[in-house]
Amino acid sequence: MTTIKWKDLPSSFLVTVGLLLFLILLSLCSNWLAPYDPYATNPLLTTAPPSAEHWFGTDIHGRDVLSRIIVGSKTSIFASFALIVLATTIGTCIGLIGGYCGGRIDAWLMRVTDVFLAFPDLILAIAVAGFLGGGLINSMIALLATTWTQYARLARSAVMAVKTEPYIYAARISGCTQSQIIFKHILPNIFGPILITATLHISKMMMGLAGLSFLGLGVKVPEAEWGTMISDGFQCLQIAPWVALLPSLVMVMVMMLFNLFGDQVRDLLDPKSKL
Amino acid sequence: MNSKIKKRLWQFIPVVLGVTFLAFSLMYMAPGDPIDIRLSAGGVVADPAIIKQMRDEMGLNDPFIIQYLRWLSNFFTGDLGYSYINDQAVLDKILDALPYTLKLAGLSMVLTLVISIPVGILLAAFKNSKIDYSIRGVTFIANSVPSFIIGIVLMYIFAFKLGVIPVLATSKFMGMILPSVTLAIVMCSRYIRQIRAATLDEFSKDYIVGLRARGISEQVILYKNVLKSISGFIITLIALSIGSLMGGTVIVETIFNWPGIGHLVMQAIEHRDFPVVLAVVVWMSITFLMVNLLADIAQTRLNPKIKDI
Repeated sequence: MTTIKWKDLPSSFLVTVGLLLFLILLSLCSNWLAPYDPYATNPLLTTAPPSAEHWFGTDIHGRDVLSRIIVGSKTSIFASFALIVLATTIGTCIGLIGGYCGGRIDAWLMRVTDVFLAFPDLILAIAVAGFLGGGLINSMIALLATTWTQYARLARSAVMAVKTEPYIYAARISGCTQSQIIFKHILPNIFGPILITATLHISKMMMGLAGLSFLGLGVKVPEAEWGTMISDGFQCLQIAPWVALLPSLVMVMVMMLFNLFGDQVRDLLDPKSKL
Repeated sequence: MNSKIKKRLWQFIPVVLGVTFLAFSLMYMAPGDPIDIRLSAGGVVADPAIIKQMRDEMGLNDPFIIQYLRWLSNFFTGDLGYSYINDQAVLDKILDALPYTLKLAGLSMVLTLVISIPVGILLAAFKNSKIDYSIRGVTFIANSVPSFIIGIVLMYIFAFKLGVIPVLATSKFMGMILPSVTLAIVMCSRYIRQIRAATLDEFSKDYIVGLRARGISEQVILYKNVLKSISGFIITLIALSIGSLMGGTVIVETIFNWPGIGHLVMQAIEHRDFPVVLAVVVWMSITFLMVNLLADIAQTRLNPKIKDI
């Protein structure tokens, strides 16, 4: 992995990073920024179309859609971040151990990985959330179960590639402990591909969480979250299309931003893979 | 090569066992007592004696591993258990719903291939032209849209605004259009990019330069060489996307009320009808595994160079 200096970064990347930081700041301050209370219902103003007072209209309970989108961004964005951090950590550790130790431990860990990979993406998530019941934590567990395998495989093959390099032998001869070799010498060298996968995965996680919420397996109803909001709005699509369509629009734009960021990170760290 | 396939088949068995074990464990860990679910579905006030008798009949007092092995042996003899809700055989429920899902998945797959193969090759042929950039831009956007949003937007436009397609998906052909177009859009956005990349990769190989130097027309090269060599790649692409297609059908069938497997499993989750959920999950995973196995075997047939499957 080559080191990249700040001044070498292309301006388009800096714009994406700037927009992302702005978005994260926005969702962190969402409680103060939301023009209305996202949970305050108003029976006199249900399904009001977008207007000067309510820019994005109100939903079937008279709640302000814009406020709910802003507050909901916190769940959608930070839950995805947390998921990626967890999946990367767990997957990488398992892959590192398997790849470095080899032999029977590796064979067992890879069989376990194969079992998790055998479930089609969303189906395992649906099974976990369906059996254990919905809710944010359970849907995160569900998505974690489907994601960690990719990091385990990635880390494992990366370790296998570097573990016979001379510098690892040198480290071993100079008396480094196993954990020192794994975490100080191998991990930094396989960090690049893992980081690329992680950034490309953020939007996938947002999509997964929103998908489970949309199916009623994720975040529970009064809570403001994009998937639940879209699912709610879908029920009144004919009379008040803005309740479903505006959160969808915001969500798509945020996902595009994250996808763009992932592509740019990949192009920077691994220019060869550019299509 | 046969020994390689045999070896692959041997690896297949522990994974299938692992899948069934994991899925069964999840059901075992699920909160809620099966007896409660069964009795409350029938609206019966439970008598402790009856509950005890039912527990014995259903084998719920046995240790976990016995319950698992009994379920497993029943599963492979075709007895997928009975619904908690109406005591219907789970196998019958699945067989009722299966044709709908197959029709939907089949149509969307055909649409995807018919659109993405020519478009992908076209983009490779006009690399870095305006049309290349604009279609790749569209695929980038489509890639950022979750299937449920595509479904809702299509429904809004075609069913509510234009009124050309009925809102409720009937099992007739008209009702199939929107759900399969939704799935096809999701898949096309990925396929077009991948087929474009594979075609470019193939065209940059030395033998193509050789063929051109010998004066063979571009069309012949395209049909006789390039298309043939990327067909193996397309098979892998299809096999891999079966997994996301299954997930996609669950979402799309829920939106459009299409009575397929996805609809069945969501209904079962809602009513906590665990035998149905378990059977569908295991069944889908095994299908996914088998499709990938078959794709690998087909790959070796198409491309004898691949020895290690």
